[in-house]
Amino acid sequence: MSTKRTPLYDRHVKAGAQVVDYSGWEMPITYTSLSDEHKAVRERAGLFDVSHMGEIYVQGPQAQDFVSHVFSNDITKIEDGAIIYGFFLYPEGGVVDDLLVYKVNNNYYILVVNAANTDKDYEWLLKHVGDFDVSVDNNSPGIGQVAIQGPLAQKILQPLVEMDLNEIKPFHFVDDIPLVGTKALISRTGYTGEDGFEIYTPAEDIGKVWDALMEEGGEDISPAGLGCRDTLRFEASMPLYGNEMNEEISPLEAGLGYFVSKKGGYIGAEAMAKMREEGIPHYLIGLQVMGRGIARSGYPVYDEEGNEVGVVTTGYLSPTLGIAIANARVALKDRSEGRELFIGIRNKKVPAKIVNRTYLKNK
Amino acid sequence: MSKIYFTKDHEWVKVEDGKGYIGLTDYAQDQLGDIVYIELPDVGSELEAGDTLGVVESVKSASDIFSPISGEVLAVNEELEDAPELINADAMENWIAQLSIKDEAELENLMDEGEYNDFIGEE
Repeated sequence: MSTKRTPLYDRHVKAGAQVVDYSGWEMPITYTSLSDEHKAVRERAGLFDVSHMGEIYVQGPQAQDFVSHVFSNDITKIEDGAIIYGFFLYPEGGVVDDLLVYKVNNNYYILVVNAANTDKDYEWLLKHVGDFDVSVDNNSPGIGQVAIQGPLAQKILQPLVEMDLNEIKPFHFVDDIPLVGTKALISRTGYTGEDGFEIYTPAEDIGKVWDALMEEGGEDISPAGLGCRDTLRFEASMPLYGNEMNEEISPLEAGLGYFVSKKGGYIGAEAMAKMREEGIPHYLIGLQVMGRGIARSGYPVYDEEGNEVGVVTTGYLSPTLGIAIANARVALKDRSEGRELFIGIRNKKVPAKIVNRTYLKNK
Repeated sequence: MSKIYFTKDHEWVKVEDGKGYIGLTDYAQDQLGDIVYIELPDVGSELEAGDTLGVVESVKSASDIFSPISGEVLAVNEELEDAPELINADAMENWIAQLSIKDEAELENLMDEGEYNDFIGEE
């Protein structure tokens, strides 16, 4: 399979980015250094190319019914112009994908899905569309997307648009905003734990948006690669599909029950209700490594007696906090903060303690 | 007069007074990015060429350091435990471990500086 490139690929190469294969896409992992880019987003602003993300449009008289049928969260509780996070679930409770649903109106929704899962998601939707009176279109190839994230994001974007960006509240969006000669959909969303916007335009126009933001931001903005995208979302307690949940691991086991509606009526709802009633097999906890070493995804977790009780789903030496922290999926009744566990780091069992997973609040 | 040899895994060994000083190449540190952690071998441990000598970790990942030669670990550069970023600052000057040289013939299997530069040019 040949790798795909976003419309911004040439800019990444020109900027000296280290480009890697990310689920079939040639994407920038870093431009200068992961730590510097991470810090830029926390303190000023970073600009991410996220054009690889998928956009699937659901339109028609039964759009609300169809999205409700395949999506774990309750879309009837949000207004036009609002965005809601949730999952496509398998009937057994595993996750097809996690996604954002943008509600244009009752007859029109935009589903923003993971790049690696776009084809799978599209097929999943087509498989379940049945007699619903809707059209389902994978418009991903024609859409470019950038994310400007950080405390200075609004200050940098504001001069480029006519509207007052204060009007876009978190998890809301506006469409057809004139921006550098094109029309953009702008949402106040992101994957970093900072304020910021995600900007969608036709693929051929996203380069102009990138250039304008870089120029407007000057010293205040840095291009930011997928390397720091992962450390930023991890510190902000946001999950990554494939790590915190996957085709086998339900959202309830990833601490994401808030996004799984108890109202039911969607694929996977019965499995979720059953798991809630009978008990959740695994829980996601936060760990701080107390000995020397860094916990990484896939490392085993042990209790005091040496029994293997779980696995690290994501772990880093946190660039913001300067300590080694990790998410771990464990089968443990006692998950009280401060409890000592052990992480298998190569051939050693390194002590760690359970901490609150809202890592940035411990800053 | 010291002589320096290189591996395909981007380690170097500098031979001085019959001992081998082992480090990572500048190319390796550049590929790794910000180095935030290093695990050094135990002094006194016996290594064969190709054994894992230690581990170096950047923010994004952990990578093994392989011993270019066989020998006993005579000393480690403990300064790196508190300041692993020294490898980013100057990879060629900051040795990681000092080994006895069990078999000088092993050095002949390694690359000299010119061969190594050609090698990374092709990567």
